[in-house]
Amino acid sequence: MWGGSTSSDSTRVRSIPIRSGQCKAFLSQFKQQSLPACKPVLTPAWVIAIHLLLGFVFIPIGLVTLHASRGVLEIVDRYDADCVPEEFKGNKVSYIKDTSVPKNCTRILKVHKYMKAPIYIYYQLDNYYQNHRRYVKSRSDQQLLHGLKYNDTSSCKPEESNNGLPIVPCGLIAWSLFNDTYTFIHGTAELRVNRKNIAWKSDRDHKFGKHVYPFNFQNGTLIGGGKLDPNIPLGDQEDLIVWMRTSALPSFRKIYGRIEEDLEADDVIVVHLMNNYNTYSFGGKKKLVISTSSWLGGRNDFLGVAYIFVGSSAVILSLVFLLLHVKNPR
Amino acid sequence: MQKSSRKKGKIRWSKLYSFSCFQPHTIDTVPAQDLIGKIGFSRVVFCNQPQLRKMKPYKYANNSISTTKYNVATFLPKALFEQFRRVANLYFLLAALLSFTSSPVKRETLIVPLVIVVGISMIKEAVEDWYRLLQDMNVNNRTVKAHAGNGIFVDKFWRELSVGDVVKVNKNEYFPSDLLLLSSSYEDGACYVETMNLDGETNLKIKRCLEATLGLNEDEEFNQFRATIRCEDPNPSLYTFVGNLEFQDQTHPLCPSQVLLRDSKLRNTDFVYGVVIFSGNDTKVVRNSTRAPSKRSQIERKMDKVIYLLFSVLLVISLITSIGSVLFMKSDMVQWWYLRLQDPEDPKPVKSGFQQFIRAFILYGYLIPISLYVSIEIVKVLQAMFINKDIEMYDQVTCKSVEARTSNLNEELGQVEILLSDKTGTLTCNQMEFRKCSIAGISYGGALNEVDLAASKRMNNDVEANRFSIENSGSTSQIFEMFEFSLADSSIQKAVLEDQEGLDFLNSGNSRISNVGKETVVKGFNFRDDRLMNNQWIYRSDLFNVTMFFIVMALCHTGIPVEGDETDKLKYEAESPEEVAFLIASQEFGFQFCQRTQSILVLKELDPSSGKKVKREYKLLHLLEFCSSRKRMSVVVSDEEGKIFLLCKGADSVIFDRLADNGRAYQQATTSHLSSYAEDGLRTLAFAYRRIDQADYEQWNSIFTKAKTTIGPERNELLEKASEMIEKDLILLGVAAVEDKLQKGVPECIDKLAQAGLKIWLLTGDKKETAINIGFACSLLQQDMRQFHIYLSEEAESNNQMKAMKEEILHQIESSYHVMCTDSDRSSPFALVVDGRALEIALHCDIKYKFLQLASNCASVICCRVSPKQKALITRSVKEHTGSTVLAIGDGANDVGMIQEADIGVGISGQEGMQAVMASDFSLPQFRFLERLLIVHGHWCYKRISKMVLYFVYKNIVLGLTLFYYELYTCFSGEVLYDAWYLTTFNVLLTSLPVISLGVFEQDVPSYVCLQPFTSKGKKIIFLLEPDRGLDIEWHGCILVIFLANMYILSPSAFMEKGYVADITHFGAIMYTCIIWTVNCQIALIITHFTWIQHLFIWGSIVLWYIFLLVYGALPPAYSDRGFQVITESIGSAPIYWMVTLLVVVVALLPCFIHIVIQRWFNPMDDHVIQEMKHCRKDITENQMWLREQRNSQKMTQIGFSARVEAKVSSFEEGLHRKKRSI
Repeated sequence: MWGGSTSSDSTRVRSIPIRSGQCKAFLSQFKQQSLPACKPVLTPAWVIAIHLLLGFVFIPIGLVTLHASRGVLEIVDRYDADCVPEEFKGNKVSYIKDTSVPKNCTRILKVHKYMKAPIYIYYQLDNYYQNHRRYVKSRSDQQLLHGLKYNDTSSCKPEESNNGLPIVPCGLIAWSLFNDTYTFIHGTAELRVNRKNIAWKSDRDHKFGKHVYPFNFQNGTLIGGGKLDPNIPLGDQEDLIVWMRTSALPSFRKIYGRIEEDLEADDVIVVHLMNNYNTYSFGGKKKLVISTSSWLGGRNDFLGVAYIFVGSSAVILSLVFLLLHVKNPR
Repeated sequence: MQKSSRKKGKIRWSKLYSFSCFQPHTIDTVPAQDLIGKIGFSRVVFCNQPQLRKMKPYKYANNSISTTKYNVATFLPKALFEQFRRVANLYFLLAALLSFTSSPVKRETLIVPLVIVVGISMIKEAVEDWYRLLQDMNVNNRTVKAHAGNGIFVDKFWRELSVGDVVKVNKNEYFPSDLLLLSSSYEDGACYVETMNLDGETNLKIKRCLEATLGLNEDEEFNQFRATIRCEDPNPSLYTFVGNLEFQDQTHPLCPSQVLLRDSKLRNTDFVYGVVIFSGNDTKVVRNSTRAPSKRSQIERKMDKVIYLLFSVLLVISLITSIGSVLFMKSDMVQWWYLRLQDPEDPKPVKSGFQQFIRAFILYGYLIPISLYVSIEIVKVLQAMFINKDIEMYDQVTCKSVEARTSNLNEELGQVEILLSDKTGTLTCNQMEFRKCSIAGISYGGALNEVDLAASKRMNNDVEANRFSIENSGSTSQIFEMFEFSLADSSIQKAVLEDQEGLDFLNSGNSRISNVGKETVVKGFNFRDDRLMNNQWIYRSDLFNVTMFFIVMALCHTGIPVEGDETDKLKYEAESPEEVAFLIASQEFGFQFCQRTQSILVLKELDPSSGKKVKREYKLLHLLEFCSSRKRMSVVVSDEEGKIFLLCKGADSVIFDRLADNGRAYQQATTSHLSSYAEDGLRTLAFAYRRIDQADYEQWNSIFTKAKTTIGPERNELLEKASEMIEKDLILLGVAAVEDKLQKGVPECIDKLAQAGLKIWLLTGDKKETAINIGFACSLLQQDMRQFHIYLSEEAESNNQMKAMKEEILHQIESSYHVMCTDSDRSSPFALVVDGRALEIALHCDIKYKFLQLASNCASVICCRVSPKQKALITRSVKEHTGSTVLAIGDGANDVGMIQEADIGVGISGQEGMQAVMASDFSLPQFRFLERLLIVHGHWCYKRISKMVLYFVYKNIVLGLTLFYYELYTCFSGEVLYDAWYLTTFNVLLTSLPVISLGVFEQDVPSYVCLQPFTSKGKKIIFLLEPDRGLDIEWHGCILVIFLANMYILSPSAFMEKGYVADITHFGAIMYTCIIWTVNCQIALIITHFTWIQHLFIWGSIVLWYIFLLVYGALPPAYSDRGFQVITESIGSAPIYWMVTLLVVVVALLPCFIHIVIQRWFNPMDDHVIQEMKHCRKDITENQMWLREQRNSQKMTQIGFSARVEAKVSSFEEGLHRKKRSI
């Protein structure tokens, strides 16, 4: 199969008359445009070989990737619709806005297969445009780092101040912080969920101040999302840090925490959640995702399939070209 | 030297010249003199009175000239205006201004590149103009002797001269401005002027001062000199002048023969005195020149169209974005509480929609490649550098190389379709060589021409090849027969046997080489024939005729001997270079013309009987001057024995008409020689003589003297009659053929260019016969061509009636066209010869179209006697009518108009003036370099630039459209996926070097293949920017792949083992990496010629992106924004990042790759075939095939050397065929 390839480097060095004395060969070759060059010519043999090579590289990668992806277990549970009490089904918005109605809700998740720790907990929001320009730019990185010392919060519009006092952290992103909470019961005991180290280290160290405390936050007439403990500095408010990393697409997951013990197959997990966050007014969806991870990350069949597809089409193409070449040699 | 020229000064030229085409026209200029003082003729010049010149109406500009485009004050506005005439620059200016209102990206990222781009272009303009300024200063700082008062002449800069100054111009100096000739070193006030820079004519012109000012021929005389000139206002007409000189209380009418024009040169005259009448920009030659237009190449114009297209795409997607955003805002977005849109201070949807439009307009600006222009500019400068440095276009004689003076026309070189060429100095060296002669019916000097030789060689080769093929089939006898035929072909065999030199020709294959180097070469004499050389002619049987022939050659002329550097060899100066060639030849043959006095010509001649040199004196009785209407010249001389001869030379037709019945002995043989000489492009003159009895002479002398002394209009007629009386009953001696020596390599170059499909037009100021000769010499004309001549008959010209002339011309054009249409099936090509006067009428708007239609259907066109203005006019008409790219090449100031008018102007940097070079876009030291310039560099540059533009657009579309697609996912909110600095570095840093290396180094085929006729055919490649559907889909596919693959792979699940999810910063960085890889690998697919520089730039750019990410990410977050630690912390350690890159690059490029493969397999272009053939070394292994391909492409051509050989071969074959059939 490989025999068809020949060397394509046909270099040709033209002799250059030497002018005055020791002229640098390179300079003169450069000026005369006669530098040694390789001129790959797409001969049939090369074309077939390149396609075959592609196939032989891509198909194994694809198989390995697909295998890794298949090894990841994922439990997805959409709860936004089911957690609304029957009487509010017709008007979910009023349910979510009514502070007197209790928001707690219970979901039961069944583990189908053995899940190895660490198991990651995500919340997924759909149809939520965190990438809207107005939303993305409504933050002040300087203020997040330096707190009240930094006055210019004009970028945070329309959420830069309240009652004449600046807000820390200002801006729409922080204001709309996701505030559903989850507790997981495994059997009888509560599963320990590690909510530390879920944000990027660089964010914690360099973007959010270690001595910046929330101030005047969610004090306005309009309350957006979650509140922050004013006694914890921003650098330790990992929920906020994760939330502040705006997502690129309108459907996104954000990490909530880690379960650091294995789950056996057929385990049943009861989730007590507080359904606080308003996705009803814009028809968004809320999902709870529990997933293990591989070297590849989460479950992602697309990559493997794509690799296999490209690899196999390359092989097919090479066969087609081979047939053409045999039938119709140059 | 000084002494000898003083001696010459004593000759009264006015007596020598009995006929005068140059005598003052006293009669017909009278009516024009009435105009003086009226509108258009109001100029008053006070000669030698500086104090009077300051008065208001008589204050004229000084003599400095300026050809610069800008000055210090106008540079900024003018150059800025030039820059913003470019669409892309204008767009970016608009974007930069809009960015002050609302911008999705940082303002600096818009303004900085614009400033850089515009700045670089403006610096380039400034530098180019600076060189123009230096050139002007060089001209303005030449010095001339000017009168400073009290009869003292001092050196003065040209620029300081003012109107009315008296100047003294010495021999071989240029006139600093338009002068009125006052007196010269000759007693009769005549002087010789070379006007090559004005009209390209090389023969000297006589100018003559007024009788009244003859006395002013000493410096001291000018102490008291006062005069006033009243004349016409400055105008561009070179051949007219109307004015009066008021001198010593008398008014003398002036005419053009007293005016010395700027840029012409004083020759053969020691000095002249003159008064400045027009200075600086008022001079006729400056008025005649046109401003250098800024030229733009076709690709640049096409590029504008592409930019318009992109611009409209930009508008459309901006509109989509803004409408989309408004719609979303009205319907859904109000409910998105997290945006807080319901706040009252927020803008209304329409207004915000408009803002959104502006934002999108700026954002998608990446569709329009801002750095395209500047990259192209850089590339072109480098290309120009390569052209300048090409050692194969370096002339070792003059130590000059090709110079690309404006770099923005490089790629246009590859597109030239019509070549307009000047003759003198461009094709020829302006030097005549004595080549051949036919004396008494015998032709001397190499009888075989190159075409015959090449043809016979080809024939023999073919026969040889045939023989082998038939030998194999067993019928040997038949082929031997054929072989014999080809050898027995009479014309070849005879020629080869007869002429020893023929064998030399055959061996060397090129006569030009074989002639040089055997002996010391005499300039102007290129004749080898042992029968005549080295005094062997004394053994000829027809000794008398031979002697007479040489005597005619040595006596019948107007030349003057000048001492040469060698002791016994003299040099000559004469009115025309032909005469010089004849004098040199006769000297070589042993008839040295060594002295001329008023009435005596002295020859040092070889006495055949004694074999010694003897000095003989001939008395010059009369000289009947050469005139274009007479086409002959005669001298009446008496030798030492008192025998009177009339010696005559002239055009063959004129001489043959005047032969005596007993003088026609050799007419037939001579005629056949004449035609063969003419076919070789030699200029021929027939020589004849007549013995005159003393009595006859006395009788004629009285008549002639009477005619000479007549004053009045009938004088010329009487003279004409008198000369007719004696120039009859001549005895033909033979013809001499001189070659207007072509520059080195000219025929070969023309041949190659013709094979490359160029049409070649010859525009010359010379007369028709000369032009046709050169046409033959350059193989532009050949014997079996159908020639159409368009000219004005003499009566029509004399009547000077526009309508009649127009009808005549129209009739000629139509009849020629008719012939062409009916004869079009014949294989012989057509040629058109047009006279300048006829051309003037033919280019009138109503018949212009018909004329050009005729002309463009002819294989070659020769225009003779054309003025500089006409040259420019032809150029413009051809350009407009045919719509093809026109290249004009010339060397003198008379070609400037043409050079500027053409799409590409090329100047020959010869020894004469620099005007043509200054006006040109490219300057060549030799015409022959044009071949390499057009076929190699033109081809390369064109391919390079077109590939580069195509790729540039591609890469910007890739980037721009990913931005747009992302908008679809953000509800058209205007959010940018990439960090602002990623975007800024895209065009400047990360993708610019590979594309520049593509534009500079790409070679689709090596240069020596370019020069073979095979590829020249493929010169016209399709410009890939023409909509290529396949490519469009591929591009689009590629962008979608980049986008969607990222979309699906990165969302929504985690992309790292640690469970992290990709957010907008990771997404942007990964997608951008994919773009960088794809774009750079795409260029690797386009490039076919990789040196290490390309490798370095392409792969280096990719590496640079990672380095950039590292460095940028290491900056504090306040600066690095989205790039902060993005590669070190997150994406770098995610295997998925690298896998996505690999997948996306392969998938995005696979369609394009397959497209290329399929195209190469099923629809290969010429360069593909050649590349492949070279690759498999087929050109070596299968030489026959290679040559056959070459020959196939040759057959297309109709002009040039090979075409002539082809024609010859086919005529041989025909003859062979006929013979065979007869047997």
